[in-house]
Amino acid sequence: MTQPMIVFEDVGKSFILHLREGITLPVIAHASLSVGAGECVVLGGASGSGKSSLLKMAYGNYRCAQGAIRVRDGERVVDVARAEPREILDLRRRVVSYVSQFLRVIPRVGTRAVVEAAGIEGGLATEAARTRAADLLARLGLPERLWDLPPATFSGGEQQRVNIARGLIAERPLLLLDEPTASLDAQNRAVVVELINERRKAGAAILGIFHDADVRDAVATHVVDVAGFRAKFAAGHGAAGEAAA
Amino acid sequence: MSPAAALPQTGYNFAYLDEGTKRMIRRAILKAVAVPGYQVPFAAREMPMPYGWGTGGVQVTAAILGASDVLKVIDQGADDTTNAVSIRRFFGRTAGVATTTRTAEATVIQTRHRIPETPLTEGQILVYQVPIPEPLRFLEPRETETRQLHALAEYGLMHVKLYEDIARHGHIATTYAYPVEVAGRYVMDPSPTPKFDNPKMDDCPALQLFGAGREKRIYAVPPHTRVRSLDFEDHPFRVQRFERPCALCGAEDVYLDEVVLDDAGGRMFVCSDTDHCETRRDAIAHGESA
Amino acid sequence: MSQAPLLRAEGLTKRYGARLACDGVGFDLHPGEVLAVVGESGSGKSTLLGLIAGETAADGGSVSYRMRDGTVRDLAELGAAERRALMRTDWGFVRQDAAQGLRMSVSAGGNVGERLMGVGARHYAEIRAAALDWLARVEIAADRIDDPPTRFSGGMRQRLQIARNLVTAPRLVLMDEPTSGLDVSVQARLLDTIRGLVAELGLAVLIVTHDLAVARLLSHRILVMRGGRVIETGLTDQVLDDPQAAYTQLLVSSVLAA
Repeated sequence: MTQPMIVFEDVGKSFILHLREGITLPVIAHASLSVGAGECVVLGGASGSGKSSLLKMAYGNYRCAQGAIRVRDGERVVDVARAEPREILDLRRRVVSYVSQFLRVIPRVGTRAVVEAAGIEGGLATEAARTRAADLLARLGLPERLWDLPPATFSGGEQQRVNIARGLIAERPLLLLDEPTASLDAQNRAVVVELINERRKAGAAILGIFHDADVRDAVATHVVDVAGFRAKFAAGHGAAGEAAA
Repeated sequence: MSPAAALPQTGYNFAYLDEGTKRMIRRAILKAVAVPGYQVPFAAREMPMPYGWGTGGVQVTAAILGASDVLKVIDQGADDTTNAVSIRRFFGRTAGVATTTRTAEATVIQTRHRIPETPLTEGQILVYQVPIPEPLRFLEPRETETRQLHALAEYGLMHVKLYEDIARHGHIATTYAYPVEVAGRYVMDPSPTPKFDNPKMDDCPALQLFGAGREKRIYAVPPHTRVRSLDFEDHPFRVQRFERPCALCGAEDVYLDEVVLDDAGGRMFVCSDTDHCETRRDAIAHGESA
Repeated sequence: MSQAPLLRAEGLTKRYGARLACDGVGFDLHPGEVLAVVGESGSGKSTLLGLIAGETAADGGSVSYRMRDGTVRDLAELGAAERRALMRTDWGFVRQDAAQGLRMSVSAGGNVGERLMGVGARHYAEIRAAALDWLARVEIAADRIDDPPTRFSGGMRQRLQIARNLVTAPRLVLMDEPTSGLDVSVQARLLDTIRGLVAELGLAVLIVTHDLAVARLLSHRILVMRGGRVIETGLTDQVLDDPQAAYTQLLVSSVLAA
């Protein structure tokens, strides 16, 4: 195997809740894993076990206090845990895509424009972004009459499809997927699986969380159980989450 | 000999102002001449006339007047209006100087809102009465800011005013107090003279002094100074043209006033410069060609 | 990534009597970067903006800027003429109160054209064409070009301010609460316009806001201020989603969710 696209090295994460007498909430300890080009690694484990936190740290959305998260950027390797904000922003523009369950966009902007903008931000030319946005929205079964409406008015499933289109429009080599199929019906889930597999076969490295076993089986090349990374609570605070199965 | 001894009006210093005040005003004038177009602050005195009647011009005239000077005073071109008559009489009584209505005979001409049609000559001084000396004032109300703008020669704002004119009227509709750039540096308000007179300021052989009493500012254009009216490349400065000659003397290329003759809509257009008009009419009456 | 910053503030300090309105604040701003300064009233965020803009004299610290010719200059050492020329060409300032950022008695076209005339444009038709172009880019109808901003809505006034500032292609724009006081729907459109222009033109922006949602939508990085000090700084979404400082956690948890 060539150099992996992303490597987690002994990553740990805990939250200090200042508004609750400063208690420390450990989430992850000693997490190590890697994803190479053309691989799709799915994180397994019960909810609350820190899967999302791992993805968010990889994207720089959560701070990574312990360990290193090395992302390959061409010939260079960037440690997201130590990188300057603008290095992370640069990675997000060119290297890393992140699709969450939640759509966060400026209200009152049309759906197609929202997806296009993500494409342009990711380096596509305006015309290419326009065509690709239309392609993706069509494949994801979003009726064309909705394209000019802002996604805030959409159902949860529709919003999520807009979000997937946003996340996939620019072809970045590393994809972080946080339950992108959570509120989709079977038909749309199948489309998303297809899109993910296309990207993986095209050489993308994918790290994801999938709630549905059938989706997970359809996309995963490896499954990593995060139960092994589960941090133990400091004495006296008790357990706040279920142990992973 | 004290000049006061020769005065018809006793109890006053020559030309009303005391010598200390005149010296202060002369210093301001010297500075203004040295920095053409720059507004020099001065400690304007209360004068025995209301603001708006030429208190600034009167103080400048008082400071430069000598016993041998010949004074002419015009108000919108006319020697015979109340304001002109009052100021002429004022200096006649407080300085005892000779007065005239003839432009060519005068050494000092105090004016409100006109430049005489008869070309001025070297040795003459034209004193303008100025109501609002700051050309940028209408767009920028802050004095601190307008001073900065002058200091740094940031005059884009002046063109904003002209832009607004064209946007509203299709052409530069400012017809009086039309801003000029003096000696390639300061932008100056030529006082509310019609823009018709602006070209006369350029390279003028006479010294031009401007006095604003209420605003306490003096500025100047020394003889033979470049005075350029601001404009746009595609909307160049132009003076207004009159369709007919003066109804009294037949003069063309002069500034005309409209005179209403009766209640039936009768009107005529005559020279605003009464001296110019009379001189031409005398010449015609004496059989000389006009 | 080693490119020099466009703007660098170091140790900026401002005292009002015994009160420290700004206490040793520093940051770098790179081309194309949007930095939001957030905090509550009295946090010092507006003082900081005033110090950067040179409208408030600093008691300590410095601001340096990489000029168009590539030289890095300490702004305090620029002469008044140079400094003002910089402000009206390479910098923009969009103010909360449009009446302070616009000439309210001058037409929209005149407001946009002023900076061009300020740098020597003397061709009416060209100035007007540039004004029309910029009004279109901020979505103000061409037939409003001769109306003064007094006849504009709050949102349109802010759009006009943006056009007026961007007409000379500045590289840095300061914004002081540009969307506060507007209806939410108007605010959303304005944010969209700002975001589009910032991305398209690669502007560096320093935006002061008390609205964390505005900071999230517009900025790349965030500076949380309280009592004149920087409490926390970093990637905007990181600071808002994983706040480290107690005060930031309080601020983030105090936002009403729609």
